[in-house]
Amino acid sequence: MDLTVGPNQFFWSADRWTGFYDELASSPVDRVVLGELVCSKRLPFYQDRIPEAIATLIEAGKDVALTSLALVTLKRERKQTSELAEMGVEVEINDLTALPHLPEGSKFSVGPLVNVYNEGTLAWLASKGATRICLPPELPLASVETIATVGADLGVSIEVWGHGRLPLAISGRCYHARLHKRTKDNCQFACEDDPDGLDVRTMEGQPFLAMNGVQTLSDTYGCAAYQIDALTQAGVSALRLSPQSKGFTDLCDLYRQLLDGKVNGAHVAGAIVGIDDNIRLSDGFLTGDRGVEWSGNQPLTTPQV
Amino acid sequence: MVMEIVCPAGTPAALRAAVKAGAHTVYCGFNDETNARNFPGLNFDREEMRDGVAFAHAHGSKVLIAINTFPRAGNEAIWHRAVADAEVCGADAVILADPGLLDYAARNHPGLRRHLSVQAAAANADIINFYAETFDVKRVVLPRVLSVQEIAAINAEIQVETEVFVFGGLCVMAEGRCSLSSYVTGLSPNMNGVCSPASHVEYREDKGVLDARLGGYTIHRVGQNEPAPYPTLCKGCFGASDKTGHLFEDPVSLNAEQLIPQLQKAGVTALKIEGRQRSRSYVAQVVRNFRAAVDALEAGCPMPEGMLARLSEGQAMTTGAYKKTWR
Repeated sequence: MDLTVGPNQFFWSADRWTGFYDELASSPVDRVVLGELVCSKRLPFYQDRIPEAIATLIEAGKDVALTSLALVTLKRERKQTSELAEMGVEVEINDLTALPHLPEGSKFSVGPLVNVYNEGTLAWLASKGATRICLPPELPLASVETIATVGADLGVSIEVWGHGRLPLAISGRCYHARLHKRTKDNCQFACEDDPDGLDVRTMEGQPFLAMNGVQTLSDTYGCAAYQIDALTQAGVSALRLSPQSKGFTDLCDLYRQLLDGKVNGAHVAGAIVGIDDNIRLSDGFLTGDRGVEWSGNQPLTTPQV
Repeated sequence: MVMEIVCPAGTPAALRAAVKAGAHTVYCGFNDETNARNFPGLNFDREEMRDGVAFAHAHGSKVLIAINTFPRAGNEAIWHRAVADAEVCGADAVILADPGLLDYAARNHPGLRRHLSVQAAAANADIINFYAETFDVKRVVLPRVLSVQEIAAINAEIQVETEVFVFGGLCVMAEGRCSLSSYVTGLSPNMNGVCSPASHVEYREDKGVLDARLGGYTIHRVGQNEPAPYPTLCKGCFGASDKTGHLFEDPVSLNAEQLIPQLQKAGVTALKIEGRQRSRSYVAQVVRNFRAAVDALEAGCPMPEGMLARLSEGQAMTTGAYKKTWR
């Protein structure tokens, strides 16, 4: 199974951004998707760094793709979306708006923010040129298996969310701006203070969600560490790791060792919390009754590797 | 042309009430997971749908059938059957969101008119034109992320009709792109046709404080005599950094009645009222008011003012994203 690094969901300074991809070049991942996913206002801060990052990663032997924005409404955003293919790498569409802008006959990949819930939508996307789909994190394992089976017949590789805060919603409204009593147009980039999103707590102080500008994420970090065998059996060919500000290359190493059978899920889960003890994990969308649940809390029924 | 009022009907009785109250169009769904208001005791079996469509047509009204959840992998036949049955029932159009299902309907039921559901969150002219060209969609229900000005700009660039929400519940997140509910309850609008379901709501009272919990998480807290709004996840009360409050949205509902003239100028064809879970008397009253408003507009008379405030059950009202400052 391959490792893909998804686009950074947060607002980082240009230097942090560049440093991240420089480090990633020497980490054991197969594919990197970069670019702006969440908010078009962030892009000008690091846009001129993108070509060099792409070159560095390609030089290091990685497959590279460029993401589209998740929600395209403004004229400026439509223009950005229509120009994605000009960067010369594959485009990962995270809003169907990007699809009609791709050059006729070009192959593309589909990110987790496009609603691919079934084999009919997969087949339709395949007919348009999709060769890889990272499924929405909400999908249960049974759906993943059905879709991956059809994907194999149609030449579409299936990827699932492997690690990182789960993208649960996208909005026209910026919650960081609202929190600071500002409008989106005058946000003053409040989200820059929270490189992994801002924790949102319940009325009892329980960690619950995370806000990231117009995006809402889970408090927990989705973690497929206990599901590798099941995902392999289901026909999944890649695991997506979503960038975080602390210890990300260590995480890439950990997941690589997990996929190579050198360590088990419990080891990985323990090491993740070792990197940042404020991280809580979940894998309930895949196997539980609800997304927030975590198999690591259950007594093990089968011995781990 | 007079703006079309599109009214919800969760039951055959509500459909008849809406038609009698002057609804140009009624939308409803089958009583299963194929529609985004899959609540117990709501919606239509096949026979009720056929009779409902016949009743509406006899009174000069249209019926749209919402099949707007995302088919579950391996079980697409349930959704395919719903589309086929909608055609048999005589529906004037189906409201769809899933690209796979749109493709299926366009290929297998080309004569059945297709509307794009708000659940597809088509938020710009490029994607709307793409849906129109690819699936021959005739109307798009716009997501609640756009200002009136942006709606006008979209209408200037597209050929298909647009329908916008003007009254009722308000999604804060882009519709069809939110899995907050399934994260805490396991049930979501996209997969199950429900959001923040009542089956997972629990109220706890302790020392004069009433907690509203969803999936075990306390997302609202009020004193003894304060109104306790339904704990819809995005309208809950939360804490972040040193602030506590309705961080995503207040417990408000949408009321854009005063924007109807502007929406007409923006090129909008139809005005949609949310609330298939509402009673027939509620539906009838809302329909009468909106029908009076669009008829007044057509006749060049002033808009009746503040007519619907009493229907919002004490909730605050908002014009949502239609005014740009909402963002």
